[in-house]
Amino acid sequence: MTQKDFLDKVLPFKDKVYRLAKRLLVSRDEAEDATQELYLKLWKNKESLEGYQNMEAFAMTMTKNYCLDQLKSKRASNLTLVHSNYANPDSLQKTIEAKDEAGLMLQLIDELPEKQRLVIQLRDVENYDFDEIGEILEMEPTAIRVTLSRARKTLREKFIKKQQYGIA
Amino acid sequence: MELLKIERLLEKYFEANTSLEEENTLKEFFAKETVPDHLIQYKGFFGAFEQVKKEVHEPEIKFPKKMFKLNWIAAAAVILLMLSVFSYQQYEVHQQKEAQKAFLETQKALRMISQNLNKGNRAVAQLEYFDKAQQTVFKND
Repeated sequence: MTQKDFLDKVLPFKDKVYRLAKRLLVSRDEAEDATQELYLKLWKNKESLEGYQNMEAFAMTMTKNYCLDQLKSKRASNLTLVHSNYANPDSLQKTIEAKDEAGLMLQLIDELPEKQRLVIQLRDVENYDFDEIGEILEMEPTAIRVTLSRARKTLREKFIKKQQYGIA
Repeated sequence: MELLKIERLLEKYFEANTSLEEENTLKEFFAKETVPDHLIQYKGFFGAFEQVKKEVHEPEIKFPKKMFKLNWIAAAAVILLMLSVFSYQQYEVHQQKEAQKAFLETQKALRMISQNLNKGNRAVAQLEYFDKAQQTVFKND
């Protein structure tokens, strides 16, 4: 794969990579770092990339795995500071964003368990079909549907509740 | 009529049984200005996904390895250029030396010719002397 091929084929989905990273890592800085890091990895492996039928799905799988690893190592080092997670600057950003409905939804999405967050992001934001989501998350279609349905229902419930609070 | 369809789609949506196309119908419906009162809460719900999608990765992605490769090419080009300049200079010096050598050789050869010519001249001068001598002898006859 030449440099040009790489830029033409792999660079266009950088925003999707970034948004998925942000969904998992929440912090914008961390998501930007992750995107940069992932693109370096892709760049280094550009010769073998050609072997993949769906490069985008492959890149998204890489993103998911990389971010989950990041979270794992962060949790391992932050084990004693679990409760202070609520006091980090991101929650400030969240409250600012939560002023509008979209911000509120974003906050609610980020409160979902990781798997549900991933499924919502891939389906409702990026509009991937179930086959692609299955490839990215290494999940069976039935399992995806169950997770997705649960996530959507939780979001609806919380969203409506918060909005009623807002009005009251 | 359309409302009934939307309500049915909503039900399907929360069971995760809608196709991408149907989900798009829902998003388009709730993106409209006017949404029936009893469904108004879904406007923000579906609108949020579009909002999230607007987020883009702003910083430029850097590829240091590419830069490294480029530098390599540049370095190779500089070395090649220097080498060619150097070898050209060497070549010129060499040419100069060759020319000098040839010049010296020629000079030597010319000197030899002139020496030999002088010898010849002397011989001719001697002959002339005999000639004069002969003439005087015969005139006096």
